[in-house]
Amino acid sequence: MSGHGQAQRQLQRFAPSRARQRSDRLARGFILAATVIALIPLVLILYYLLSKGLSSWSPSFFTTDPTGNTFFAKASIGGIKSAILGTIEIVALASAISIPAGIGVAVWLVEYGGERLAAHLVRFFVDVLTGVPSIVFGLFIYIALIVGTGSSYAGYKGSLALSLLMLPVVIRSAEVVLQLVPGALREAALALGAPRWRVIFSVVLPTALPGMVTGVLLAIARAAGETAPLLFTAAATFKTDFNLGQFMNSLPVQIYNDVTSPTTSVVNRAWGAALTLVTMILILNLLARLVSRRSRLA
Amino acid sequence: MEAASVAGGDRSVLERSPLARLPDRLLKYSLAALTALILALIVYFFIRLVGEAEPVFAKSGILDFAFNNDWNVGANHFGALPLVLGTLITSVLALIIGVPVAVATAVYLTELCPSRVKTPVTVLIELLAAVPSVVYGLWGIFFLAPKLQPLEQWLADRLSFIPFVGGGLVTIPNIFIAGLILAIMILPIVSAISREVIATVPPDHKEAALGLGATRWEMIRLAVLPYCRAGITGASMLGLGRAVGETIAVTIVIGDAPQLPHQLFGQGYSLAAVIANEFGEAQGLHRSALFAAGLALFVLTLLVNGVARLLVLRASRSRSASPANPASAGTAIVPAPVR
Repeated sequence: MSGHGQAQRQLQRFAPSRARQRSDRLARGFILAATVIALIPLVLILYYLLSKGLSSWSPSFFTTDPTGNTFFAKASIGGIKSAILGTIEIVALASAISIPAGIGVAVWLVEYGGERLAAHLVRFFVDVLTGVPSIVFGLFIYIALIVGTGSSYAGYKGSLALSLLMLPVVIRSAEVVLQLVPGALREAALALGAPRWRVIFSVVLPTALPGMVTGVLLAIARAAGETAPLLFTAAATFKTDFNLGQFMNSLPVQIYNDVTSPTTSVVNRAWGAALTLVTMILILNLLARLVSRRSRLA
Repeated sequence: MEAASVAGGDRSVLERSPLARLPDRLLKYSLAALTALILALIVYFFIRLVGEAEPVFAKSGILDFAFNNDWNVGANHFGALPLVLGTLITSVLALIIGVPVAVATAVYLTELCPSRVKTPVTVLIELLAAVPSVVYGLWGIFFLAPKLQPLEQWLADRLSFIPFVGGGLVTIPNIFIAGLILAIMILPIVSAISREVIATVPPDHKEAALGLGATRWEMIRLAVLPYCRAGITGASMLGLGRAVGETIAVTIVIGDAPQLPHQLFGQGYSLAAVIANEFGEAQGLHRSALFAAGLALFVLTLLVNGVARLLVLRASRSRSASPANPASAGTAIVPAPVR
């Protein structure tokens, strides 16, 4: 910005020199190449998942429980029924806890907290929570509910660990959306005589809903793929059990256990389970994207 | 609430009856209580974690735990140096490999790419974040590690003059593969936040550079990247935080050998991996040592993320006019339902 004259002088050399053009092309080539490189792993992962996973998919793969028979070639190793049902159950309970709680905290932050010190403190803690490794959440729940009570692993303890993991994601995404709700809407409702709680429930939340659904779906997708928090909370088992008070199988944990198996068929079961898990998560992501496109605030 | 100030002694006409105001107060205080409860829970968990880790510190001291290199379950002695080093080496490796690619991707998507390509490529890169950690591990151990082994062996042979890198036999699960997998895993978040940060560069700066005759690359180098330095550093630190805490994928591909990492293409261990691997059958002091490893992990990610947040926050605050807020964008994998 140093004056008109200098710009004029620069402009006189209209075309960049050869060397500069070459370095421009080179740098752009590198940047493009890096972008392509970034996409390669995704393609490879999806390709291998499909090629290895599809071959182990069969109707019985989804309708039988895994068995522990891995030493005898003839014995059936079973499918992943208990893992699918377990994942759905554990994640459903985790969502039932963390979504209302997370949205509640976000509403408090936006509607009541504002710029107060307490609100900044909460935001800081939520940021801290986002960075906590997922396995530490497992340890937290282990200490509180297994060391603390002297009881054993259970499905609902896995849910609690996952809900701790989901909370910060739900809070921050809901907060972002709630802040986008125009202040004029709130003021209009207040001016019409609506009390604060009605403004929140009938104006703010419905307006923000589609945007919040996106964040919530992504939080669910993230929780569904987590292994580490479940290892010492829900543990693993073979049989299907709808009781969340019992040990409960889940897709990620079963994959993790199958990976270390020396038996090829068990490893193939892991590929099939992985393909199932990735499909479920991709569907959730797709839904999230569709919803966010519909959102009026977006 | 505002109406209350209008009322002097008597209740103003505009004011609601105390009964009608009850739900308002109820909502306000119950939400505040919920928030406070969650804060209290975190503090409680942290204190309990310290308590559970205490026996191992009491036995041989924190320094011995952090800097002794003998992790020996049989001898009931736990020095976490191999684990700490394993965690740091794999994470730094992930940054070295992942950040340049992620930033280049962000630059490509914000500055160079045709608008038709932009959305699909963005979506594809964000899909990388959707792949579960255990699937990365599965893919890494059965595909990536075996395929790369010849290349790694070649590198190890050629570079044998470099102390840590060269020489030795390449094992199938190894530190380098762990770093590479982590690089892929942190790519989406580093790229997403870099993109947000780059998007805050005022068009004036870019147009000024172009107007002075800069080529596209010169514009990026002179106007865009210097402006975003702090933000991109913050993004990388957030990636580092992810890499440090990543558990399952690393556990599967790092080889789980509690020894000082002496070779890049050899086996190692990490703080998170040791917990995932040994916690199930750990008892007594061993379990306490694993809690201590968890505590170390917690504190480490806390420090890294704290610095990262500050950097991203400062980057966004010093350009106060920027509409996008990278600080909040970075907190979630949410591809900003904003705008």
